Amino acid sequence: MALTPVRTINNLIKNTTPSLYHVAARANSWWSGVEMGPPDAILGVTEAFKRDTNPKKMNLGVGAYRDDSGKPFVLPSVRKAEELILSQKLDKEYLPISGNAEFCKKAIGLALGDDHPALTDGLNVTVQGISGTGALRIGSTFLSKFFPGPKTVWLPAPTWGNHVPIFKHVNMDVQQYRYYDPNTCGFNFTGALEDIRKIPENSLIMLHACAHNPTGVDPKDEHWDELSKVIKERKLLPFFDMAYQGFASGDVAKDAYAVRKFLADGHKICLSQSFSKNMGLYGERAGAFSIICNDKDEAARVLSQVKILIRPLYSNPPLHGSRIVATILNTPELHSIWLNDVKGIIFPSSKQFNMAERCEGHNFSLFLNSSIWLNDVKGMADRIIAMRSKLKANLEKEGSVRNWTHITEQIGMFCFTGMTPQQVEKLTKEHSVYLTKDGRISVAGIASTNVDYLAHAMHQVTK
Amino acid sequence: MASSRFCEVQQAPPIEVFAVSKAFTDSTNEKKVNLSVGAYRTDEGKPWVLPVVRKVEQELAADNTLNHEYLPILGLEAFSTAAAKMLLGATHPAITGGRVTAVQTLSGTGGLRVAAEFLGRVLKYNTAYHSAPTWGNHNLIFKQAGFTNIAPYRYWDGGKRGLNFDGMIEDLSNAPENSVIILHACAHNPTGVDPTQEQWKKIADVIEKRKLFPLFDSAYQGFASGDLDNDAWAVRYFAERGFEMMGTQSFSKNFGLYNERIGNLMVVVKDTACIVPMKSQLTLLVRGSYSNPPCHGARIVSRVLNDPALFEEWKGCIRTMSGRIIEMRKGLRERLEKLGTPGTWDHITAQIGMFSFTGLTAAQAKHIADKYHIFLLSSGRINMCGITTGNIDHVAEAINDAVCNITN
Repeated sequence: MALTPVRTINNLIKNTTPSLYHVAARANSWWSGVEMGPPDAILGVTEAFKRDTNPKKMNLGVGAYRDDSGKPFVLPSVRKAEELILSQKLDKEYLPISGNAEFCKKAIGLALGDDHPALTDGLNVTVQGISGTGALRIGSTFLSKFFPGPKTVWLPAPTWGNHVPIFKHVNMDVQQYRYYDPNTCGFNFTGALEDIRKIPENSLIMLHACAHNPTGVDPKDEHWDELSKVIKERKLLPFFDMAYQGFASGDVAKDAYAVRKFLADGHKICLSQSFSKNMGLYGERAGAFSIICNDKDEAARVLSQVKILIRPLYSNPPLHGSRIVATILNTPELHSIWLNDVKGIIFPSSKQFNMAERCEGHNFSLFLNSSIWLNDVKGMADRIIAMRSKLKANLEKEGSVRNWTHITEQIGMFCFTGMTPQQVEKLTKEHSVYLTKDGRISVAGIASTNVDYLAHAMHQVTK
Repeated sequence: MASSRFCEVQQAPPIEVFAVSKAFTDSTNEKKVNLSVGAYRTDEGKPWVLPVVRKVEQELAADNTLNHEYLPILGLEAFSTAAAKMLLGATHPAITGGRVTAVQTLSGTGGLRVAAEFLGRVLKYNTAYHSAPTWGNHNLIFKQAGFTNIAPYRYWDGGKRGLNFDGMIEDLSNAPENSVIILHACAHNPTGVDPTQEQWKKIADVIEKRKLFPLFDSAYQGFASGDLDNDAWAVRYFAERGFEMMGTQSFSKNFGLYNERIGNLMVVVKDTACIVPMKSQLTLLVRGSYSNPPCHGARIVSRVLNDPALFEEWKGCIRTMSGRIIEMRKGLRERLEKLGTPGTWDHITAQIGMFSFTGLTAAQAKHIADKYHIFLLSSGRINMCGITTGNIDHVAEAINDAVCNITN
């Protein structure tokens, strides 16, 4: 697009006299001083993928689950829940600021166990957030105002890119502790402990509950036990980001090990949860933010302040996604089918059965199905784990002599392949495989029809 | 017991509108009436899900090609474009000239917050003006977005129960350059008092002269007069005059989609080359706040706005809602005048939209709540939608009693 004469003049002035530029700019438009923001690393990958005309192209960038045909997957438990919700003809009145109460109750119940003493004693503040991002933002906003310790959050290195602006936008600092070991493509346990031991007392530390993003590297249970001890010694406040419960191992309890262990060890944690991946509700923005407080009175005070912060953000949260989640988790049958669906994503060798078979003999009009959901979740987790195995096996078949064990050792949606930026660039340019520069691939984007293509391509650029 | 990090956290003051609604819910009086929260009610006093909305939801649910994938960070473009056209008119020169951009937001509140963050953090503005009175959340939003100077401009004239036009012009004339001026596009909340077209022209003159930045809050388009074009007159006039400006839109009321949080932030620029950098900055703000907006409400509104038959059906629904409100306004005024309630009551029908600033005092409001279990805000604001043919006599009686017997 040709520059307008006004902009040409502005550019001239800008290059000669910066102060004059601003005066001239203001005279023409309010916006001429607005600089171009940096492009989003991940969306940029998708955009480049879309432009590519190679029929064999693969998008391993964005973290959204795909079925074995490479298509978005709407969970059967979700469809069933939506049908039921529609039939109930409920109204569309504003939710309270804190969101859908049933959703909040079931969400934290999923994380901790429904009968966890913290919940039965009413020690939790749980509010609905705009999915995981929104929940984290409620948390960062609350902590930036009320956290009595240093206004700094300690993040694992590396971490989900968006953690940084979520805290920086509320004027908090970010620091890092070692986490990923590029030599082993695994967890740097010694490094993490060393760094955490040096974090100033009473600080805030962020932890990925399971299926670490972007590395896929999770501490083992024994590691978590030790981390809990050290974090307690340093008197740190743990803020867990749990975006993949159920989605990592296929087992919701297993994936919540760290969160539950920390609580058992006496930590009063903050927690953000997302239902984007484990219920496939990405665009419906269903999430929750929780703080475990000392007592009921403190919980009431904290809740009142959290609500004050939510109101000027967006007043109250959207209903649709939260209603689906609550419906699924509230109904035993849907719940377990969901669990199975999620597991199926990780281990697709499990039998995939169709809705009609499952529904036969059941009266679904009232029994909506948390068990269907558990099934759905298992299905997803199962498929991902199978793709990991296949990828590793195919790389070996290609004759690669590199160590690819981390592919099957890592967990969840993502895999930190260990490829360098140069290798990544080659992979994209020469093979139309799209991923982020850090070598992270979304395993969910691999299908049984192209896993061998991917293995071949990866071998070509790494041999 | 181990001491807690949060033991110093004080109980926050309750937000009035929700506290009053709670008082209504808790009341067991069978004649209770809720005139506080801003949501439409049918003549049976029930929430109303628009038939066109239910129809579209059925269609969406039956459509197996739809999934729940992430929307783009800036939302559903088909929705935003249609919404901007609804506000400015599809043939508005700003639109045909490509000088309008719009992004989906978390209803009106979310739109205002994104606007405030952009104006404050990217353009580095620090001063904002809002009407006195205004929607309570305006102040909070701009404060949270980092504005250090938030001031009122005179608006409501309690004496004549209308617009304090001279006061408004004077205050705007004294506003420093680059002040953000929050204007209600129509159906002013809480007063129901809108400037006339002539007054809008003069307001525009001052804003232009003082180099102020107009930000329109449009939460009631169609809901006020029943006519979308009518209710958008001020916004369109400003855009036509060549202002650069922003407009936030809420679809909570006019679509009855309160809890789906569907809104739009529309920006009118002079130079189309600014649009791309501006969107990139908006992207960063949204990403760090909630990543991307919810899709359900966006799909519904987009479907309706983009389908001629559904659009007509929806316009019928708006006429139904605004029509009932206008009926209640007429009815309430007639009853108060018939009862001989002291004072003048023509403001009830002169005002427009969901709300009316009755002129009742806080003491009178409290009396009405305590004695009649009719709940309104201490500012004297009532939600006309809470009035039905079934309770209008009761409401009139209560107001009459309060005005006659409770003085400051």
